[in-house]
Amino acid sequence: MSEPVLKVEDVHTFIGQHHILQGVSFEAKADAVTVLIGRNGSGKSTAIKTVMGLMPSSRGKILYMGKEIQRKKPYEIARMGIGFVPEGMGIFSGLTVEENLRVAMLVEDKTTYHRLERTLEMFADLRKFWKAKAGNLSGGQKQMLAIARAIVNDTSLLLIDEPSKGLAPIIVESLVEAINQIKEHSVVILVEQNFPMASLVGDNFYILDDGIVVHSGVMEELAQNEELRSSYLGISKAVD
Amino acid sequence: MAETIFQRRGRELAMAGAIALFLTPLLGIPGKTYLTLTIAGLAMGMLLFLVASGVSIIFGLMDVLNFAHGALFAWGAYVGFSIFKLMMNWVESDSVLMNFGVFSIAIIISMVAVALLGIILERFIVRRVYGNHLFQILITFGATIVLVELIRVFWGPNDEVTTVPMTFRGNWDVMDVIVDRYRVICIAIGLLVYGVIQLILKKTKLGTIVRAGVENREMVQAMGHNIFLLFTGVFAVGAGLAALGGVAMSIFSLQVYPDMGSTYLLFAFIVVIIGGLGSVTGSLVGALIVGLSYNYVAYLVPWAAAGANVIIMIIILLVRPNGLFPSGE
Repeated sequence: MSEPVLKVEDVHTFIGQHHILQGVSFEAKADAVTVLIGRNGSGKSTAIKTVMGLMPSSRGKILYMGKEIQRKKPYEIARMGIGFVPEGMGIFSGLTVEENLRVAMLVEDKTTYHRLERTLEMFADLRKFWKAKAGNLSGGQKQMLAIARAIVNDTSLLLIDEPSKGLAPIIVESLVEAINQIKEHSVVILVEQNFPMASLVGDNFYILDDGIVVHSGVMEELAQNEELRSSYLGISKAVD
Repeated sequence: MAETIFQRRGRELAMAGAIALFLTPLLGIPGKTYLTLTIAGLAMGMLLFLVASGVSIIFGLMDVLNFAHGALFAWGAYVGFSIFKLMMNWVESDSVLMNFGVFSIAIIISMVAVALLGIILERFIVRRVYGNHLFQILITFGATIVLVELIRVFWGPNDEVTTVPMTFRGNWDVMDVIVDRYRVICIAIGLLVYGVIQLILKKTKLGTIVRAGVENREMVQAMGHNIFLLFTGVFAVGAGLAALGGVAMSIFSLQVYPDMGSTYLLFAFIVVIIGGLGSVTGSLVGALIVGLSYNYVAYLVPWAAAGANVIIMIIILLVRPNGLFPSGE
């Protein structure tokens, strides 16, 4: 059994006076994609924003490669090798594709450029629109750019928030393919509401509901447990 | 919902309107006077650009309403004034080299001094109120009072007359059009500063990170960039630009006085709102619109000069609610 790359222990997070995460614990193991799944407002996005340091936790521990990171600033966490793809992609629309990727590159050396080449092979459209303003890209291309920015550095852990949101099924398919390639190099934590996509890439799952983890296990288990999906995700067999 | 023509072609329409507006005075102003006023307007616009660009970048990147920017401008003017006093023989010299020398030294020293003041202001005062506009207004307004009072303590409460370096005095007569020498220098300084800022923003990685930060600060942090260090740096640059504007304006208006910042800060905010927050090009265009319209209207209807800028601002905001060049476009 591999050691967890990330371990979140009893984390509490507030947004203003709202107690969003009420003691969340989960872990991400090496060579696996961990999926945080749940309804809208269950605390999934808050959980990965808390890991990233974008929302401070009031209690609990977050261990990355054995080191506590819950008091670190987002830029320090990113420099430790954690990449982040936010919900809504967070691309810089006024910057070109090239500039978006340059901003993401923390070091501009041979290894990073080699990684960039590999990334551009994975997302060929980005090379095609290299000098185009990122704001003019299609939804799928923007998502590709958002992921490319996160993996252009030496990223050991990648946090992706709802990558399939608002995208056409054919684009989602290519995203699944990309995530499957990325998981060969990085550990991935995926926040997803789209169960079919989550089940295609996920190895382990955690269901969040009202700011706590209510179920966890391996993805096959969730795929076979219709009652669990129906109770916490609101998905019936017919929809699957 | 279908886009209106104003939404689709708002910037083009606003620019066409602005051009039409600047040609209209030709109907009431003789040609040569119009050219003289245009040069005066361009010079004033460039000086306003120096102040407004700092306000714009600081607001665009840091979301900070810095009401102390005017006081930093006044500090720049006073530091420059002191350098001129110390090096009066260079100011009064017939040598072009010495005149430009003292002007450059005054600009560099005042920019460095005020940038340091800006760093102190950002680190110890502004940083505490990030994300709260009301507190920013109150605390930077408080800082303005302190900074202006400090000017009174160090330099005295009275207005002081500035000296124009010998080479910058007088006019050129270009085909019967009177061209003030210093105004041409102001236009050149404005263009140079605009060029340098654009070069840094567009061609360097640091500039690209700043532009990215104007769009999405959270994401820039999540990419491993220390946004707070960037904030301090940008605040220092903004303060330095205010100082440059202060030195140049003090020679333009031939005086310095402790409260001089408040007058120009008002113009700077109008410029930034017209141009679009966070856009340097927007600040330049906005500043030129304000500078030119002020001069034309002051000639035609003197009592309406200041009000005309506010009316132009309202019209542009009706067509382009985020200004002519909002960041991210």
